[in-house]
Amino acid sequence: MSETESGKIQVALASIAYARSGDKGRNANIGLIAHSEAGFEKLLEQVTETRVLEHFAHTPVTRVVRYEMPNLGALNFMLYDVLGKGGSQILAIDAQGKALGQVLLTMPIEVSADELVACSPQIVSHRTEA
Amino acid sequence: MRKVVRVANVQAFWGDYTQAAKELLNQDSEVDYLTLDYLAEVSMSILAKQMRRDPKLGYARDFVKVVEAIAPNWIAGSNVKVVSNAGGLTPQECAERCAEVLREAGCTGRRIGVVTGDSVLPALQAEKGDVPEFRNLDTGESIETRREDLITANAYFGAKPIVAALEAGADLVITGRVADPSMVVGPCVFEHSWLWDDYDRLAGATVAGHLIECGTQVTGGISSHWLELEDPSSIGYPIVEIDLQGGCVVTKPAGTGGCVDERSVKEQLLYELGDPGNYLSPDVAVSFLGLNVKDLGGDRVQVDGAVGSPPPPTLKVSGTYEAGFHGSGTLTIFGQNAVEKAKRAGRLVLDRLKRQGLEPQDSRIECLGGGAVAPMREDLKQQVTELVLRVSVADERREVIQRFASDWVALVCCGPQGTTGYAGGRPRVSKTVAYWPCLISQEQVSVSVEVFEA
Repeated sequence: MSETESGKIQVALASIAYARSGDKGRNANIGLIAHSEAGFEKLLEQVTETRVLEHFAHTPVTRVVRYEMPNLGALNFMLYDVLGKGGSQILAIDAQGKALGQVLLTMPIEVSADELVACSPQIVSHRTEA
Repeated sequence: MRKVVRVANVQAFWGDYTQAAKELLNQDSEVDYLTLDYLAEVSMSILAKQMRRDPKLGYARDFVKVVEAIAPNWIAGSNVKVVSNAGGLTPQECAERCAEVLREAGCTGRRIGVVTGDSVLPALQAEKGDVPEFRNLDTGESIETRREDLITANAYFGAKPIVAALEAGADLVITGRVADPSMVVGPCVFEHSWLWDDYDRLAGATVAGHLIECGTQVTGGISSHWLELEDPSSIGYPIVEIDLQGGCVVTKPAGTGGCVDERSVKEQLLYELGDPGNYLSPDVAVSFLGLNVKDLGGDRVQVDGAVGSPPPPTLKVSGTYEAGFHGSGTLTIFGQNAVEKAKRAGRLVLDRLKRQGLEPQDSRIECLGGGAVAPMREDLKQQVTELVLRVSVADERREVIQRFASDWVALVCCGPQGTTGYAGGRPRVSKTVAYWPCLISQEQVSVSVEVFEA
């Protein structure tokens, strides 16, 4: 976490969202889901196609398409050609794009301290009470 | 008419936990259907390889063991039905083997449905020249240069043949290639007496099928909150309860590990999803844009609001073809400057191949633990003292990979100090099977359904 000139703080996307990725032939998708409605606004504003393309500049990705799913508070990103020749022919360790979600969650975003509270996961327990 | 149809998935892929079917039936006796998926994109080519050794073995043999394991439940009065694509390239052979094990177990009276006709390899190879429908869906490449290299080509069937088998009284439906969600849509259409133009309902069941087709991925597996899961070793396999309108509740058997909550369900909804407004299956085109996800607590999450429209007129085909050879070697490098040492050792092996006139057409050096999956800051990279070096090569010539495999081990003496982990021996030389996705018109495919008593 570091403070920027605008008084906002820089945090990893993982502070306000969670993700899941997988392969679709030579392409892969990453679903990115906000922990809260306020967080979804931040995703819309900061996790743009351009930024995602830059974030994956170390891969063969050629273009990124972003789909908005406000009903789920989520964005879906298609990363074209990110798996080169595709799952069975790519030589890279992450041949099925399984790690791409975790990689996306390291992207830095800017929020104010108040916004960070509003965007953070609500503390809920999914465990069944005895 | 029943209120909900309860469908479980107990096999997400060929290689998944083999005890899941038996365990789930013992944990939850009220499940109406078990679905088991054995076929990933290139699985058919593994089955083709298996068939070269024995022409009868074009199916997933693990499935027969599952049938054997649940026979006692049937004998004890369970009426659970089973739908699986374990038939692979030879559903008939798979069905006969299942009938045998049921007879051996003394389980009589069960009916087995067999769905065949999904192999379209002859159709793809019959026509000459470029055929627009058979072009690679991902690359647009013409099939002309690949036609002779094709190993398998199978069209994805929808739920219709599964429903036909159930209507003919099948307890066990064995198919070849079928769209994964259709294994859930079929039972819903049959039990709820839906029509084939009840698109919103079909869409709802397709979403339910999509949610459970990867098994434990919806009960906490691979989730962002995996570390929070309770007892992952007993993680429950998923169950969807689909109502008359196509809405569903996702859940898992009581007392199992993992979790079904808003997060695990939303993650799996987005798994391998393209355009959320146009998810295509052979049964229906689905929009996810009106879906509502509501956590009911107690590992129950309700999902409804799917909207459907008519499916595309063509069927998707999953083809495989031979594309040369590949191999990978891994070694552990420990010590100062591990990243630099590893990269240099990798280059050493590739340089030797080049000097011998065997430069691979494709190669890659990776430092696992030193920024292979995502870039690592230079100063952090220099601090890495332990990593796995992985070098991979691919080429049309088998001898390139063979030479790589033998040269690899030479690093034991000529590589950097701190190189270890040779116990695995030489890297394996593997045939590369590439994926050919394309389309085919419905008229070129003829599906057949047969039901017999075991």
